[in-house]
Amino acid sequence: MNFDFSDDQKQLRDQARKFLAEKCSPKAVRVVLDGKAPYDKELWKGLAEMGFLGVAIPEDFGGAGAGHLELCVIAEEMGRANAPVPFSSTVYLAAEALLIAGSDAQKKKWLPAIAAGEAIGTLALFEGKGNPSPKNVKLTAANGVLNGVKKPVADGAVADFAVVAARTGSSGRDSDISLFLVDLKAGGVEVKSLTNLDPTRGQAEFTFKDAKAEPLGAAGDGWSILTQVLDRAAVLCAFEQVGGSDRALEMGRDYALDRIAFGRQIGSFQAVKHMLADMYVSATLARSNSYYGAWALSTNAAELPEAAAAARISATQAFQHCAKNNIQVHGGMGFTWEFDCHMYYRRANAMALGLGSLSYWEDQLIDRMRKKNAA
Amino acid sequence: MGPGSAAHRFALRSVRGTREESSKMNFDDTPQEAAFRETARKWVEANAPKELHAELSKSSLGRIRLAKHDIVDVGKAWQKKKFEGNWACLHWPKDYGGRGASPIERVIWQQEEGVYGKLTQPFQIGEGMCGPTVMAFGSEDAKRRYLPKLASGEEIWCQLFSEPSAGSDVAGLRTRAEKKGDNWVVNGQKIWTSGAHYSDYGLLIARTDPNVPKHKGLTMFFLDMKSPGVEVRPIRQANGMQEFNEVYFTDVVIPDIQRLGAVGEGWSVSLTTLMNERMSIGSRLATGVPEMFEFCSNLMLEDGLAIDDPAVRSKLASWAAKSSGLKYTSYRTISALSKGERPGPENSIGKLVSGLMLQDIATFAMDLQGAAGVLTGSDEETVQGQFQQMLLSSPSMRIAGGTDEILRNIIAERVLGLPGDIRVDKDVPYNKIPTKGR
Repeated sequence: MNFDFSDDQKQLRDQARKFLAEKCSPKAVRVVLDGKAPYDKELWKGLAEMGFLGVAIPEDFGGAGAGHLELCVIAEEMGRANAPVPFSSTVYLAAEALLIAGSDAQKKKWLPAIAAGEAIGTLALFEGKGNPSPKNVKLTAANGVLNGVKKPVADGAVADFAVVAARTGSSGRDSDISLFLVDLKAGGVEVKSLTNLDPTRGQAEFTFKDAKAEPLGAAGDGWSILTQVLDRAAVLCAFEQVGGSDRALEMGRDYALDRIAFGRQIGSFQAVKHMLADMYVSATLARSNSYYGAWALSTNAAELPEAAAAARISATQAFQHCAKNNIQVHGGMGFTWEFDCHMYYRRANAMALGLGSLSYWEDQLIDRMRKKNAA
Repeated sequence: MGPGSAAHRFALRSVRGTREESSKMNFDDTPQEAAFRETARKWVEANAPKELHAELSKSSLGRIRLAKHDIVDVGKAWQKKKFEGNWACLHWPKDYGGRGASPIERVIWQQEEGVYGKLTQPFQIGEGMCGPTVMAFGSEDAKRRYLPKLASGEEIWCQLFSEPSAGSDVAGLRTRAEKKGDNWVVNGQKIWTSGAHYSDYGLLIARTDPNVPKHKGLTMFFLDMKSPGVEVRPIRQANGMQEFNEVYFTDVVIPDIQRLGAVGEGWSVSLTTLMNERMSIGSRLATGVPEMFEFCSNLMLEDGLAIDDPAVRSKLASWAAKSSGLKYTSYRTISALSKGERPGPENSIGKLVSGLMLQDIATFAMDLQGAAGVLTGSDEETVQGQFQQMLLSSPSMRIAGGTDEILRNIIAERVLGLPGDIRVDKDVPYNKIPTKGR
């Protein structure tokens, strides 16, 4: 059994950590947090030069051709650094959708550009409130053009292209949904920035008015492709959440060691110690579930849907738990803009909704466990 | 590209260049492990008491009860067979009754032993705690005399640490051992001793010097449980069962050759014992999740099956994710063992998570049963009262072997590096520590 990352993968993680510590300090994150830039362009360029944007993209399409385990270790570090770049939208969602369903021409057009840092992609799925569901897709596709509204779209304001879920039928079945690729610079899409919980990752509203679109995958396959994309992204996001959980736990631990009250380190009080121990427990459960997700993702195992849902639930809960208790350990200082605690609190709670809410994934896990038990 | 980029790039290139299968995550045995598993599997297949399989397969919390057999009798028979086949205490050196197996071989054995492992319950304290302590601190004569008989199940050992006023604060124990010539004379009381009534030997920690701070005046011994002056009384528990005992010592004589470690070094000896216990990773703790999943899949509520109810699904999914988190945490430990590495601290979370989960699951299952949930008989509405039993037994999971609070302290201090509690009794001679009723 080898249920761990290899030495090479761990070395890659160390390299990513070192790189991000240098190029993505909390000070750099704050430039985006304070609205002075939509994302960190220098960092994005650096990630491309490092080969991180294309780590799981095959060499034929301009990537490093490593694999998803390598992408998992990089994702963990992106989460730890709270990187203010459109990494998850571009790499976990847009690139994965292209890898699963793209034609050779589509892959040739977009994947090398993603790997080179020249194209930012996103997934336009949601239309207001609600979770991923064919019923919630109202935007229509007909005669090669899209009409309707998508919101929120993560990183929409900085994206060059989008994978868009559209309604192409009205039978009430999953096959009513098809996916399309839209070049956002080609006109027909009005893009509006929306304020959101986590300003280090923008959200936008897309209004499509006869926007030109090309099909991604076969007509009617949209929902089945999306389900695969969301499962894969759930595992990759879980690694970001694990990285964020660990960082929030470390911040809380370090502060508890440093801060003196009542004549002693506050980390010597059991009320504080136990809170931190519970954070460690959540983070450990999330890490172990995520490793299982990574195994399933990297081997394309039949267990992926169940593993992805468990990783998603566990990592969402852990990051929310660690981020909120990190503020609690810091006391009043944790509630200031100046301290970094709120960046992780914001990121944790925004990420909890990005691919569907916690309750959505809880539903998914139960459905998938039942399916397995029935089989 | 800035300076240092070349080095960064190198990591990615090396990853790209070495994508052979062995570096990938997998759940497969190495050829050597597979061969070992095959040998173990064949032996279990040929030797296990299959007539007990169905009964042992039923989930159970706490001690195993068999309808027609005494667990100690069938346990001893299985242990003896294992010993003769060279499968008992297999990670011990061959000279002391083991097989000299590696940690991963021990895990593989436990997987193959499967439900029959439940039969080893009477020997687990001996194998996990007493044996390793004798091995680390006993004389060569003692090791050769006692360890093989412990391994074969011929002699059962128990552990005598906790006292009525020394549970979490075990170093505050009061049982006295006084030197009289070549012997020690012991007076006092121990509590929560599993299996004391059928044990042949006991590992005992006692106070030999009350004039120094509490950790410094302790000494470790082992003794014959049939010694004059040893009295074992069963404790009736809150759940109505009797699994633990009180053990009273009245002028019990222990020869000095049965001392383990130096006089006054009992605390550090006990840490070896406890460390060994924590290193045993084979025991998978019940979480209640499979039982709850099955229950919710079959329970008809007013609006349909419980498992279709959003509130039920939400709770069940959270528990299932926790349970799978525990499972894959133990796989991470096994993986480290398989590579010959020392496992990390992650395995310390198991009991902390599963104890509370059992209690929460039991409470919620009964909530779903509504009025009938109060019944503890073999009623159909309550699935024969299994969650009621779980409810009544689960408090002990959160106390025995380290309370939830002690486990959190251990994680906070040993894993996260937080400071220990301020101890008002730290440098105070034991007999000057304020206490109740001494």
